[in-house]
Amino acid sequence: MRDMPKILLGLLIFVLLALFPVIYNAVTADAGTPPDLVIETQNVPGKSDCVIPGEEMRTKHMDMLMEWRNDVVRLDDRYYHDDHGRTFEKSLTNTCLDCHSNKDTFCDRCHTYMEVDPYCWDCHVIPQELEGGTR
Amino acid sequence: MRLGFALIAVLVLIAIPYFGAGMGLGMLFGVIIPYLALAIFILGFVVKVMGWASLPVPFRITTTTGQAKSLPWVKRDPLESPYNGWETFWRMFTEIVFFRSLFRNTKAELKEGRVVQGSTKFLWAAGLVFHYSFLVIILRHVNYFVTPTPEFVTWLQFVDGFFQIGLPILYLTDIFFVLGVGYLFLRRVGISQMRYLSLASDYFPLFLLLAIGLTGMGMRYLWKVDIVGVKELAVGLFSFNPVVPAGVGPLFFTHLFLVSFLIAYFPFSKLMHMGGAFLTPTRNMPNNTRAERHVNPWDYDVKVHTYEEYEDEFRPVMKAAGLPLDRDPDGAAKPEDANG
Repeated sequence: MRDMPKILLGLLIFVLLALFPVIYNAVTADAGTPPDLVIETQNVPGKSDCVIPGEEMRTKHMDMLMEWRNDVVRLDDRYYHDDHGRTFEKSLTNTCLDCHSNKDTFCDRCHTYMEVDPYCWDCHVIPQELEGGTR
Repeated sequence: MRLGFALIAVLVLIAIPYFGAGMGLGMLFGVIIPYLALAIFILGFVVKVMGWASLPVPFRITTTTGQAKSLPWVKRDPLESPYNGWETFWRMFTEIVFFRSLFRNTKAELKEGRVVQGSTKFLWAAGLVFHYSFLVIILRHVNYFVTPTPEFVTWLQFVDGFFQIGLPILYLTDIFFVLGVGYLFLRRVGISQMRYLSLASDYFPLFLLLAIGLTGMGMRYLWKVDIVGVKELAVGLFSFNPVVPAGVGPLFFTHLFLVSFLIAYFPFSKLMHMGGAFLTPTRNMPNNTRAERHVNPWDYDVKVHTYEEYEDEFRPVMKAAGLPLDRDPDGAAKPEDANG
């Protein structure tokens, strides 16, 4: 009983920590409403579909990019043949970014939302920045 | 048997959401059960701690393994036998942060026919590895609960994935978590005395934690789920605006259900040592009984019948029987015996 104030203080800290996400979301303005993750992809003449269907690409693109990188850098295997007889160059800059040139809306929206920091751009040049001459 | 029971229980807990979530029960597994579990966790935790807090601990029952404060020239151990609040604070701090008491763990072995006591640090090391990995994993998960992501999560992710192994980058704490839980389990089955002591309620949390870790790692490294949908669901939960996005998959619902079960089970299980560690009366009190008198404030007012009252009641009879009396037959007290 003598220790009741201390115990209540401890419990208060516990409850506040347990409810931290609730409090944080209540304080921040954009919480609760999922961000607009609409992805605008530039239409390039002659190219309609992505290398693999978008549904799969959403969860597997990092695996594919990793595989491509290893193939190209370590095996000098530069071309990807899909089931429909199409051939793509295994290149982030030349294949992926050819259509998805809008990195800030295409790549970054989800990555920012998920707090993912891909190290693609440690080496690769970001297209707009190249055109703007900022690099 | 006890191990088998715990294993079957966890397998059932995995099967329920894995097959249930596919039957259009996303709302149940994604919203209702997590909310219920969170409520049970917080309320159950508070009720449990308040129950402990209401128990009287009138005296200092500190367990000590060191020399108490004595004469000035006697070397004393302030951490093992704390004398004041400050020393007790450091004793508790080292216990909670470094698991100090586990560091003293010993094991007895027969060597050449003699019992030998030796130090064994494996429990302490595995305990530390497991608890801190779990803490980092929980803190990293704040990423899914809130938006925008707090700075500390970014730092944890950076440090945790420092070696940039694979893609998605391997978090070292994921490996340490599984190794830690794995050792705590192997310890129970590998050491015969531990196996004898272990109950289903000892195996069950280990299996549950392992299942949570493996489903989580499975989603990250092997069978990818729509992570944006997962975050939408979790942020929705924590901002009381629940949504169940399509395509988050049964593996995620299994993970979420197991976590819900863990936190709902928490207040009723051995896992409550999280709160109990702070409220251990043998460790959170200064050992100063030689210097201070501790009076029990809850002492029950016992109804007593003193000898004086007894003699008053039976004086004529006692007198008649020739028994010695403290007072004269007329009730006048002898000078030295006044008030007993």
